[in-house]
This record gives sequence, structure tokens and C-alpha cells, in this order.
Amino acid sequence: MDLHLSKEQEMLRKMYRDFAENEVKPLAEWVDENEAFPEETVKKMAKLGMMGIYFPKEYGGAGADVLSYVMAVEEMSKVCGTTGVIISAHTSLCCAPIYENGTEEQKQKYLPKLCSGEWIGAFGLTEPGAGTDAQGQQTTAVKDENGNWVLNGSKIFITNAGYANVFVIFAITGISTDKRGRKKKEISAFIVERTDPGFSVGKHEKKMGIKGSSTCELIMEDCVIPADRLLGKQGKGFGIAMKTLDGGRIGIASQALGLAEGAIEETIKYTKERVQFGKRISQFQNTQFQLADMHAKTEAAKWLVYSAAMKKQNHEPYTMDAAMAKLFAAETASDVTRRCVQLFGGYGYTREYPVERMMRDAKITEIYEGTSEVQRMVISANLGVN
Amino acid sequence: MKAIVCVKQVPDTSGVVAVKEDGTMDRAAMATITNHDDLAAVEAALRIKDATGCKVVVVSMGPPPAEGMLRELLAMGADEAVLVSAREFGGSDTYATSQILAAAIKKIGVDDDDIVFCGRQAIDGDTAQVGPQIAEKLGMPQVSYVAEINVEGKAVTVKRLLEDGYMTIKVQTPCLLTCVKELNDARYMSVGGIMECYQKPLEVYNYETLKDDPLIDVTTIGLKGSPTNVYKSFSPPVKGAGMMMEGADKATVEKLVSILNDKHII
Repeated sequence: MDLHLSKEQEMLRKMYRDFAENEVKPLAEWVDENEAFPEETVKKMAKLGMMGIYFPKEYGGAGADVLSYVMAVEEMSKVCGTTGVIISAHTSLCCAPIYENGTEEQKQKYLPKLCSGEWIGAFGLTEPGAGTDAQGQQTTAVKDENGNWVLNGSKIFITNAGYANVFVIFAITGISTDKRGRKKKEISAFIVERTDPGFSVGKHEKKMGIKGSSTCELIMEDCVIPADRLLGKQGKGFGIAMKTLDGGRIGIASQALGLAEGAIEETIKYTKERVQFGKRISQFQNTQFQLADMHAKTEAAKWLVYSAAMKKQNHEPYTMDAAMAKLFAAETASDVTRRCVQLFGGYGYTREYPVERMMRDAKITEIYEGTSEVQRMVISANLGVN
Repeated sequence: MKAIVCVKQVPDTSGVVAVKEDGTMDRAAMATITNHDDLAAVEAALRIKDATGCKVVVVSMGPPPAEGMLRELLAMGADEAVLVSAREFGGSDTYATSQILAAAIKKIGVDDDDIVFCGRQAIDGDTAQVGPQIAEKLGMPQVSYVAEINVEGKAVTVKRLLEDGYMTIKVQTPCLLTCVKELNDARYMSVGGIMECYQKPLEVYNYETLKDDPLIDVTTIGLKGSPTNVYKSFSPPVKGAGMMMEGADKATVEKLVSILNDKHII
């Protein structure tokens, strides 16, 4: 596997870093303290093409590749986990399923506005009773006499919900019976717009971390959408959801990777300044070994994440790679950020330094878009262990 | 209309300044950046492009790695780039550089409604001489220290940033403006721009391309031909941090007088 970045990717990395340092980092503390969605930052990112990085130019994308997208989420997350997940959810969970499953009309209608950042995207699968058990969906979609779809139900924990204009929503469109007589829910995917009648955004969640990402409930009460909003074939929604989450996991793995790298950068800087017992704490072997271990683990995570991204780019199977990348990067992020807080000591526990925020932000990466336990299920299933 | 912007890749002096034993700057040991004032000049040209759709050509004299900087400027939105690069040009002082750049600009072609932009000065040499010398050689009006630009057809109204205020000047195109970094905040490269920048035209002008231009006297270019000789380069000693006192009351003034007295300054 060749992990040398192309000239363009090197240049993108430089641009992302400059942008993160100058535009995102100065706001990260404010975003967290005020649970504020960084609207202005999103507009700036959109102007630079960061809301549609790997989609073709014909659909308004920037025409780059999946690794270039991964690096954007990574670099933003180094300084602000919230900003990283905004790009990730928008790109992987809304633009990608429309690009991969949409009709030409749907792509032409939604992708240019999503890629330009005029519209923000979100994804609605999780329900109060359907988290890891995604088959436990209760939301329904029924065709009315005019051929329109009528959606009823609610979704929870939806990233970007408060600011999104377009939602990829999953709903039951029927019950089928298999050969053994077992009943199975037939799930379909739909594109729902914020302005559709009967659609509303409900409760805003108060979270432990990534506080600025707008996480809300979606409510559909006799929400009527035209027939042409069905995304992919009827009854194929579960497959679309799973495939979308495969891609999404690469995005979240990148977020986790960035958080770990960002925490290490902050900690290296701090340990070179902080003096105890007459020495900089970077001179103590404990500090050196801790940081060496953390860096080695984070680099390993980076290889897994980049490798999954390149497989997706090359249209190779990447389900297991994405699961491994997310599992390892998320657990690395949680471990590394926790250890960084420890190296900062009492100051690390205060909000004066960013590592406590990074530790809170990191935890979610082990939970959303498939918990670490789900990733282990995916990996073991791919290994044929059952 | 087009905008031609002269840009220099300079050592990043915010990091360590490396000086060789012979007193010259060890450029290879230092990270490089685009000169700040030049970046403001590029941004000024790109804003005129945003407003009028004009073409922006960036030109730099430097060693082959300067292509990386030019690609970045293409990724910001410039349309074409020219790298003026030859062994014979190496070590040129401002007199030599301005001859070479003037010839390069002449080769690019200056139309009636064109504007040539330069940064005020480069952070490595700090001479502020190249821009004005180019203008003289090309026989075009020049305005230095430009901090605001308004273009209306062939009339360009600019504000010059002076130590004690502004000077507003109206100048006709074709003209040369040297820009200060306070002029604007340069834009970032865009993702789409980066994906396109290696497809945009980048031409290399070497010694053969330019040597016959009458603007160049080949005996006065390069390290040997340059009239300027650098005697010695060194890092200036670090000055102590200044002391800030706030307040316009009597007590503050008395404290200030007392400090200056103690130091035998007054």
C-alpha cells in the first residue's frame, strides 16, 4: 500500500491546517461553552469547497478523493471535534447516499446545493427504540391515493438536525414474509426536506461533548413528500443505511484520529513548558514513554483510516476496513485524550486548556455511527466467526 | 485587462534564521513562505478578477522549487504562472532582478489596461527596490505602499499608506503598484482550486528566453554581475521586551519620568 500523498493532497493538507489554525481553533472553546453551531465557519468551509470534497464537479463537488475528505475531517477535528463531525455527517451521511443511490434528477437537484454548502445535510436512522438494532424502526411511509409518500414517526440523535435542509430518512414501507414464514420489515430510504409539510425538528440534546454539533429529534406527522423522493429502490433502505454507515465510519474514524493527534500536539507543547521538581515535565521518562505510546497508537490508527479511505476510493470492499478503522481510532482517541488530561494534571481538568474538551469529544466516537461493539460484530462477521 | 503579479518565495523568518559560515543566509535550511506583501498583491489582483473577470498571471524569479509556491497561487485562483529560473540569474541583487523581471513582464505582454502588482518589499532583503525599478525599466507610472485600490476602467485610484497618514493618488493604466500586507487578508486556496492548479499553465523563462531582451544587460545580472555585494548576514541580537504603561493621569506620568530618570535617559 502506497501512502505517499499526492502533490494535491499535500497542498490540501496545508490549506486545511492553515484554515483550522486560523478560523476553527480560535472558536473551539466558544463553540463548546455555548453549545453553538459554528454557522460562519461552515459558510467559510463551504466557500472553499469543503462541503463536497470528493464529489465530481458536475454535481458541484470539488472533484477530490475520499482521502482528501478524510484529511479535512482529521485536520478540523485536531482543533475542534464539533467542526469535524459537521463535515463528516453532511458529506458521508447525506451527500454520499444521494450520490451513490440517487436518480440523475435527485443528484442534480440536491448535490450542487449540498456541495456548495447552501444546504446542509443530515441522516435519520436512529429512533428511540432502534439504535444498534436498526431493524427496530417504527417510522412508517405509506403511499397515499395521489402517489405521494406519507411519513409518520420520529428520529433521535440526528447530527446537524437543527441546521440541515435535507435529510436522508429511513422508514418502513411494508412487511414481507420470508421462505420460513418469518416476517421482516421492509425499509426504504427517502429524501426529506426541512420545509416539507408535517416535518419538524424537535428537542435539542444536551451532550457531554461535540457540544456545538446540533443533535436533535426529527418529528414526522403525516409528512407528505412526492413519490420521486424515494432514494434507491423501495425495500432496499436497510442496505443503503448500512452502506452509508460504512462510509460514515471512515469519517468518524477521521474525527477520532484528529482528536487524538490534536491532544498529543497540545500535550507535547505543554510538557515542554511545565516545570516540576526543577525540570520540564517532558524530561521525565514517564512523559516521554506515554507520548511515544500515544503517538505510535495514533499513527497505527491513521494507517487504518487512510487505508479504508483509499479502498473506498478504489471501489474495493471496505466494510471491514471501515469498521476496524473506526473501532481502533475511536478507542485510541478516548485512550489518548484521557492520558493527555493526566499528563496536564490539574490544569488538564480545567477548561483553561483544550484537552478536557477533546476527552469529552472523543467519547462519542466510540458510540455513534455504530458503537465499538457493533464494529466488533462487523469485523468478526467478516472473519466468518459466528 | 489582466493583472500581472510579481511574487517572491522567501525564508520563513518566524522560525529559526539559519546563517552559513560565510555570512550568507542558509536558505536550504529554512522553511519557505510566500512573501507577505506579495500575497497581499496577489489577493488584490484576485479581487479585481472577482469583480471584472480579468486574467491574473503570477510571476516569480527563483529556483525550481518556487514552482510549488506558484502552484499554490494558481490554487488560490490565479490563471497562469511564469517561473523565471536560470543558474545565470542566481544571486541577483535588486538592480539585476528588476532587469530580469521587467523583461519577463514584457514577454508576458503588458496591454493598455493592465496593472502590474508587486509586494512593497520582501522580508529577506527588505529593500523595497525591485517593484519601483521594474516600473522605471518598463516606463510605466508606479505607486508604492498601496493600501487600497479602486479600478474604474483605465483609471486606478489608490491610497498610499504613509507613516503619518494616507495619500490618495489617481493613476492611469498600465501602471505598477507595490502593495503592503495591510491591504487585505489573502484568501485560502480552495479544494477545487488545488485540484485544478496542476492543470493550469506554468511556463518557465530561462536565460535563453530572456537574454536577448534589451532591458537586460547580461554583464550586470547574477551574483557576479550584481553591483551589490553582501558583506555579512547575521541575526540581530534579541531586544528585551518593551514595557507598556497605561493611563494618562499624573501618577502614571510621574512613574514614567521616574523610570526614565533611573535609566539616565532624561
